[in-house]
Amino acid sequence: MIRFDGVSKRYSNGHEALCELSFEIQSGEMVFLTGRSGAGKSTLLKLIMLMERPTEGQVFVRRKNLSRIKGNDVAHHRRKVGVVFQNHQLLFDRSVFDNVALPLQIAGFQPRELARRVRAALDKVDLLHKERQNPIALSGGEQQRVGIARAVVNKPPLLLADEPTGNLDPGLSADIMRLFKQFNDVGVTVMIASHDIALIRRMQRRVLTLADGQLIHDGVLDRENIAV
Amino acid sequence: MKTSPSRRHPPEARPGTRTGASQSKTRIADKLRAYGAHHRSVALESLRRLLRTPMQSMLTWLVVAIALALPAMLYLALAQFQNLSETWQTQPRMSVFLHLQAREEAALQLREELLRRNEIASIDYVSPDQALQEFEQFSGLGNVLDTLDNNPLPAVLVVHPTPDHSAPDQLEQLRSTLLTQTLVDDVRLDMDWVRRLHQIMIIGQRLVAAMAALLAMGVLLVVGNTIRLAIESRREEIVIVKLVGATNAFVRRPFLYTGFWYGFGGGLLAWLLLTAGVYWLAGPVAGLAELYSSGLRLQGLNWWESLTILFGSGLLGLLGAALAVGKHLHSIEPT
Repeated sequence: MIRFDGVSKRYSNGHEALCELSFEIQSGEMVFLTGRSGAGKSTLLKLIMLMERPTEGQVFVRRKNLSRIKGNDVAHHRRKVGVVFQNHQLLFDRSVFDNVALPLQIAGFQPRELARRVRAALDKVDLLHKERQNPIALSGGEQQRVGIARAVVNKPPLLLADEPTGNLDPGLSADIMRLFKQFNDVGVTVMIASHDIALIRRMQRRVLTLADGQLIHDGVLDRENIAV
Repeated sequence: MKTSPSRRHPPEARPGTRTGASQSKTRIADKLRAYGAHHRSVALESLRRLLRTPMQSMLTWLVVAIALALPAMLYLALAQFQNLSETWQTQPRMSVFLHLQAREEAALQLREELLRRNEIASIDYVSPDQALQEFEQFSGLGNVLDTLDNNPLPAVLVVHPTPDHSAPDQLEQLRSTLLTQTLVDDVRLDMDWVRRLHQIMIIGQRLVAAMAALLAMGVLLVVGNTIRLAIESRREEIVIVKLVGATNAFVRRPFLYTGFWYGFGGGLLAWLLLTAGVYWLAGPVAGLAELYSSGLRLQGLNWWESLTILFGSGLLGLLGAALAVGKHLHSIEPT
């Protein structure tokens, strides 16, 4: 699903965010990405989203070389990748329903099919009863679930999340993780960047640990590896 | 737009089976329908957005309307004047001044002779006495003329050429033939002032065109700047829709429609201003025309000109928005 091949990313201010990074993620995997802030987690996700381009090396998503994707194809690539952000990135000038409908509007869905899919996605995150509300009236956990509904409404084969539980208390965080796991169970490849080690350890999934732009650990975390 | 399978298949094909081609055709039709619906909803949403801030939108509309109404008003006035001068221009006439010594019988005989020419429609004879009377009437110098011993005015033949022979070079030719007559002293073609007027009108037209171009540029800049501000205020939204896979065209579309509505609304207001203005002036102009016993009537915009104003300004708004969008939108990328 995702392959990094000797990827380095140097920003114009000289900061080297990623250094010769190589790894592969199979279709249907659920992978955590961890490391201290500044270790390169966000940069890695941005490369997959084509928000940034690598300085060296190549990134493949669904066997496609991302360096060959340009212009409008960038938009089409993003439609196949669902993203959940730490700060939700919701629009407060429209209802929950319209926020979730956004990717479908962009993809040009017919109104009836669009409504059906939006309701299905809202049902999955248990917010169907709040579709008419403005997201600003929702709690942090609910807002995050709206963000997740928006990320999955177009049924992308790949779901990325950048610190999706960053602002939430442990109980809500566990709920959110359970949601991601449900999507993974139906075949969606999931990649979650998080520094919540306790939570990650509990999930018992593959973990990629970054430090200073390099991969220092790849595998399921056991209890002795807490120090990272 | 569903294609029935029987039309695409030979008759022996099983009914109800659909070819890949017809299937993809329906899919394209679906896409087109969805695309049309999307355009409609974006257009309406942009309009609704403008109406949600009525004062702010009205200001822009007024600026656009004034910038458009000004040249349109001058254009109307000029067109009116041109109509008027064209009715004059179709009736050229020549004043043929006879020698002072010419006797009346000779003058009338010349008139008869000239009337036989097919390029002349009619000739009015104005005797020296008549000319003097007219002069007294119109100049108000009657008392001064009384002091003169004899009438200094010559007899005049006012020649009206037929419409077929009213082109400037034909008139010139007629003039030189008339000049060869022994009785004729001078021939004045009453065309010079019409020509001058014509030139003045060309200048007027160019001035109106230049002014319209400048003001159109103003509209472009006003709409462009308003759209730039709209883009700035929706920066966050642009970033988000780009993140969830919006193409540049998708992001551009609402702003282009907004620009169109700014232009179209301004055009509508300009049209209202003009129509009200014409209505307001029509009475006095008709009165004035009556005093000059002229058929001049103030005319408003015809439907073609109205449509041109509405959609022309809509197009101007669209163009202004396109300029702003082209300049500012690509700098907004998710980071």
